[in-house]
Amino acid sequence: MIPELGQIALLLALAAAVIQGTLPLIGAARERADWMALARPAAQAQAVLVALAFVCLTSGFVRNDFSILYVAEHSNTSLPLAYRIAGVWGGHEGSLLLWLVMLCGWMLALARFSRSIPAPVVARILAVMGLIGAGFLLFMLTTSNPFERIVPVPPNGNDLNPLLQDPGMVVHPPMLYMGYVGFSVAFSFAIAALLGGELSAQWARWMRPWTTAAWSFLTLGIMLGSLWAYYVLGWGGWWFWDPVENASFMPWLAGTALIHSLAVTEKRGAFKSWTVLLAIVAFSLSLLGTFIVRSGVLSSVHAFATDPKRGLFILAFLVIVIGGSLLLYAWRAPKVGLGARFEMVSRESMLLVNNVLFVVAMLSVLLGTLYPLLLDALGLGKISVGPPYFDTVFLPLMAPVLFLLGIGPLARWKQSELPALAKRLRWAAGVAFAAVLATALLAGRITLGAGFGVLMSAWIVASIATDLAYRLRPIGPAPVSLWTRIQTLPRPLLGMMLAHIGVAAFAFGVSMVRSYEVERDVRMQIGDTTEVAGYVFTLRGLRNVKGPNYDAVQAVVDVRLNGTPVALMHPEKRNYRVQGTALTDAAIDRNLARDLYVSLGEPVDGGAWIVRVYVKPFVDWIWGGCLLMALGGALAASDRRYRAKHPRDAAAPIDDLTATTTGTRPLEAGA
Amino acid sequence: MTPRRKRFAIVAGIVGAVGVAAALVLNAFNSNLVFFYSPSQVAAKEAPAGRTFRLGGLVEQGSVKRDGVSVRFVVTDMARAIPVRYEGILPDLFKEGKGVVAQGQVGGDGVFVAREVLAKHDENYMPPEASAALKRAAAADSRGAQR
Repeated sequence: MIPELGQIALLLALAAAVIQGTLPLIGAARERADWMALARPAAQAQAVLVALAFVCLTSGFVRNDFSILYVAEHSNTSLPLAYRIAGVWGGHEGSLLLWLVMLCGWMLALARFSRSIPAPVVARILAVMGLIGAGFLLFMLTTSNPFERIVPVPPNGNDLNPLLQDPGMVVHPPMLYMGYVGFSVAFSFAIAALLGGELSAQWARWMRPWTTAAWSFLTLGIMLGSLWAYYVLGWGGWWFWDPVENASFMPWLAGTALIHSLAVTEKRGAFKSWTVLLAIVAFSLSLLGTFIVRSGVLSSVHAFATDPKRGLFILAFLVIVIGGSLLLYAWRAPKVGLGARFEMVSRESMLLVNNVLFVVAMLSVLLGTLYPLLLDALGLGKISVGPPYFDTVFLPLMAPVLFLLGIGPLARWKQSELPALAKRLRWAAGVAFAAVLATALLAGRITLGAGFGVLMSAWIVASIATDLAYRLRPIGPAPVSLWTRIQTLPRPLLGMMLAHIGVAAFAFGVSMVRSYEVERDVRMQIGDTTEVAGYVFTLRGLRNVKGPNYDAVQAVVDVRLNGTPVALMHPEKRNYRVQGTALTDAAIDRNLARDLYVSLGEPVDGGAWIVRVYVKPFVDWIWGGCLLMALGGALAASDRRYRAKHPRDAAAPIDDLTATTTGTRPLEAGA
Repeated sequence: MTPRRKRFAIVAGIVGAVGVAAALVLNAFNSNLVFFYSPSQVAAKEAPAGRTFRLGGLVEQGSVKRDGVSVRFVVTDMARAIPVRYEGILPDLFKEGKGVVAQGQVGGDGVFVAREVLAKHDENYMPPEASAALKRAAAADSRGAQR
């Protein structure tokens, strides 16, 4: 009964979504308040129904109801409860449902926190989101129904892919989808702006917290995915330029460009149509990412041929959403306008360079990801694009971004003087070069990559410190206390600084790992030792371990540095009983300066194992940096003043914006 | 500068930057395309010498021989077989009789020296390159039989 209830809930949700996507839109065009007012209740109805369907599917997993095909394919009675719940989004159909749940969550939040936004605007935004929801519901109901029954009912399920039985994989998809779907808010704002034919600085102010929040979630989602790959795949790598990863990275690059261009639109009213275009692109790439990962097209483009209905629907949906919004853009963008002017040296121009570089980077990833798929689909042969391609393209593109990151936030809007900037930043430059020298002395050797990484991260941090020192300087004869001065710093500014420090930490971690990591594959018997980067690893013993749904061989590895014990590590080689799949569970000893990483390869003659031993300096800074970026975004998005009413701003021309905002309190968000 | 000249300078700057980036991207792209060959194609010397490519097929039964860290095995498409040498740890899903894709170069002795061995995330999943190689060989085989 429960699956049928879920099915009915989805059908009703579709009805609600269609109402939400049409009537408020017509109402906004005809200025009918009663029709526009339908947007909020319709969104709430859709949310309740989708949540109900999600609960129904989850209950199928919890109760081990293998009469549901999807549950039978992705669960098993021996699977621990937490992973049975995570199994809800372990496959294609359930992921779509999770996507919808997230969409409804964003819709509810928008319906709740949009009191300051005029009714026609809210009606249009919620209507666009309703249409997206309707598209997804239609896709689920016609091609990917999670509630499909199976007859005869299998006695037990096929189990969840062992790689997904991990805490990281439980939280990674929801975070990622929060980010993907969050860009639908920015997208809906953009479409609503095109429909209404206006995009003022006030619009950008409405859009910014939503976009920044979505970007933070996406950052967190990508970070968790990378962390998971690091310890589960047993390779010790943190990024592989795999199409699955690229699919999530492309919306991130577009989204990063978007949050920066939104800053310009809000502060200066410039880059208007560009911002709209970026919002469309970021969401289109999110859609593309969802579909290429989940539809199976990556493992084989011929997955479409076996289920042509699914493939055709996806293509049609992408064409309608992306093509439709781009057409609308071409038609209406001139009405939205370009916005205010600025000088060659100004914060605007630096953010413009940032945008150009991020978009080029995004396009280069797009090329490397889609070209092999395209060739294969056209039957022109099978190729793959190696990681060296992405490495060689990315570094030269991101190097100027890092350099400008140290200058941009200190440059003035509209017009800035180069000599003055150089003078303010001379100490930061000195600190950066000193840091490179210190690294070379400490490490004993330095590579070009490490030198550049340290130079740039120290440069960024020193520049932020310069900025902070200036902003916190005592003013007047009786200055307020330092703490009070800190408290008056606007949250968006602090958020930006935090995120930029995150970028510095990330760049530092990447350059350190790439330059100084030591990897060794060795054959080890019990009692054997091997030395890697000064650490002495000894294989003390091997034992059999029984997990809830797997059997494992566990090694005990003792690590010493100069004779003192550092860690006792327990890497495992697991064999999951139901699917008969082997899985390498690496043992990692983390600290801020280095990770020790031991994983079991395979058994060889004489009771020995091939063991992989890595020492990875500063690798955790990579994820730490991502975490800081996400936290910075969250801090910036949480500023209350974004939600406050600014009735005068809405009507004020752009050039007066600074004047009107100083009346309240300047919203001094940086880039 | 007059506004007009300035706008021209900005546009020229962007066009120039994008042009340089595009040249960079396309150059890197071209030199990093990894083509795929089946064992039959490699046996027929169709694969380029001295360039990295991917070899896909099945791991021949009983062909895996370990010697400490280095390992030898044979990749077959049921028509021809190519010996492969690899140093390091094989992925969890590497098994005799299962699909595999190896990336590397053919050495002077005709042995394929793999830098990387890929077997993907799913037990039932056959790397697309591997299944393509098997299909191609099977098709060639049936054509041969008809003749």
